Amino acid sequence: MISVSDLSYGYRDTPILTDITLEIPKGGVTALIGPNGAGKSTLLSLIARLMPLQSGRIMVDELKIGTCASTDLAQRLSILPQVPEIAARLTVAELVAFGRYPYHKGRPGAEDLAQVETAIEVFDLQALAHRSLDTLSGGQRQRALLAMIYAQDTDYMLLDEPLNNLDIAASRALMQLLRQMAETHGRTIVIVLHDINYAAAYADHIVTMKEGHLGPCGAPRDIVTDALLRDVFQTDAKVRRLDGKMLIDV
Amino acid sequence: MRPIAIGLAALLALSVLSLFVGVAELGAGDEAWALMTISRVPRLMAVLITGAGLAICGSILQVLVRNRFVDPMTVGTGQGAALGILLVTIFLPSAPVLVKMAVASATALAASVGFLLIAQRLPPTQPYLVALVGLIYGGIIGAGVTFVAYQADLLQFIDIWTQGEFSGVLQGRYELLWLAAGVAALSYLAADQFAILGMGRTASINLGLNYGQVMLFGLIAISVVSALTVVTVGMIPFVGLIVPNLVSRIHGDNLRRTLPLIGCSGAALVLGADILGRLLRYPFEIPVGTVLGILGAVLFLWLLYRPARHAR
Ligand SMILES: Nc1ncnc2c1ncn2[C@@H]1O[C@H](COP(=O)(O)OP(=O)(O)OP(=O)(O)O)[C@@H](O)[C@H]1O
Ligand SMILES: [Mg+2]
Repeated sequence: MISVSDLSYGYRDTPILTDITLEIPKGGVTALIGPNGAGKSTLLSLIARLMPLQSGRIMVDELKIGTCASTDLAQRLSILPQVPEIAARLTVAELVAFGRYPYHKGRPGAEDLAQVETAIEVFDLQALAHRSLDTLSGGQRQRALLAMIYAQDTDYMLLDEPLNNLDIAASRALMQLLRQMAETHGRTIVIVLHDINYAAAYADHIVTMKEGHLGPCGAPRDIVTDALLRDVFQTDAKVRRLDGKMLIDV
Repeated sequence: MRPIAIGLAALLALSVLSLFVGVAELGAGDEAWALMTISRVPRLMAVLITGAGLAICGSILQVLVRNRFVDPMTVGTGQGAALGILLVTIFLPSAPVLVKMAVASATALAASVGFLLIAQRLPPTQPYLVALVGLIYGGIIGAGVTFVAYQADLLQFIDIWTQGEFSGVLQGRYELLWLAAGVAALSYLAADQFAILGMGRTASINLGLNYGQVMLFGLIAISVVSALTVVTVGMIPFVGLIVPNLVSRIHGDNLRRTLPLIGCSGAALVLGADILGRLLRYPFEIPVGTVLGILGAVLFLWLLYRPARHAR
């Protein structure tokens, strides 16, 4: 379980997150939604110790963010940032292989190599394995980064807008993979999504954020309503129900 | 054939050539043997260690600073080492040589840390600014060295440390470089860590890299190798800049794979420059730094205009 208590964060005098208290249950897909600038990426960055905490407390199971060893956390939790900034000239296979570093610390064993191979297959990257990252298309690059996180094989995965650049097939494949990882392996996935249709279709829980505050949280069928879209996003899109599924106007 | 095999073959050929180039006539018997062991072999070893060490240091510094245009010999590490050895020469002239080395390494480390602190405050969107500020920073420390030497009437000494040159290398006067070779080889143990550092801050934290520890290890390695080089053969420019860039363009940044290649290419470049310097105005020598300056400029232009090719 990830538990966040009384978390606040700001830049100088501007508050970005205000008194966030939140529990993300273990095992399942939690979608984090909210308008641009709501503080979603900031929240994920704080959970993933990318920035130092200012006030409040975050626990990932028994590990306390800020005091636990970074190497221990790397075996428990991984993050895909919204804007990956990898400038090194690496091939896809080399990048994915670094996902195993938290375990082997520089001496990959047979199991590590097998995991890397699996990750490359799962994200359909065999044909690109020896291409340099800077020669890939946006979606291919995103798949390579996802494969690295997959190879990292952590109980908790924080994915900040992973559907960026992915086509419909790759997007659906990824969401189905995440569901399967949550259901059969008890993985906990926190995913920032902008397309509420994906959130409604694939998430167990939805957490909404607006202007640094938490909004309504709960199962998609309970909270995704016209009123939510109006209150959180200030848009008059309608939610329709069809064959027991939800469809949000685009 | 694998690139490292090609590099080693080229290096071997150049090494043999180097042993047979020189002013003294190589006869036969004891005299030839003496010439080899006293002068030619030590010189070859010094060249190889210096070239490989400086190229490896350059690539580590580039990862630590996250900038491809920095070279320890120009951004203050080398100048810091010169300052250290100058200060011991003035204040502790009778100190054992290992103490002198330790002081030079420590001042080189301090100068490197200073540069790193400055570089981190510069906008990452302007890589040339970092390189430029490094040049100025190195220049200021260099000027400090000259000033102190002038005051202490030691100006003739600093030429030895600032002008890279191998003609003075003799048996018994270069062996400290083996220590540099050891440190450079040791840095290979952290190749993966350096490569991850090169992937950026977020990726390093995500993978749980012990940031501070890797940074410190890298800085110490760079400082020790630079200090030993500066004191034994003097400052040699460009190797640490050009070699890592060329290798990265062609073979990428997976340092576990490329560091041996970087070391090998650095050794080959300096050896090639040294042989050229000995042959061009035979029987006079052109200092290796001068040859490298010209070779380096040409290679660097080629580097700038040639598109990156790390892709298959
Ligand atoms: N370095 C910074 N300095 C000042 N303000 C910042 C900084 N980084 C982020 N912010 C502000 O913090 C707020 C929250 O940013 P954050 O990236 O968490 O939003 P988000 O919910 O992820 O938005 P998006 O959906 O656009 O990705 C924004 O208003 C942003 O302008
Ligand atoms: Mg965001």
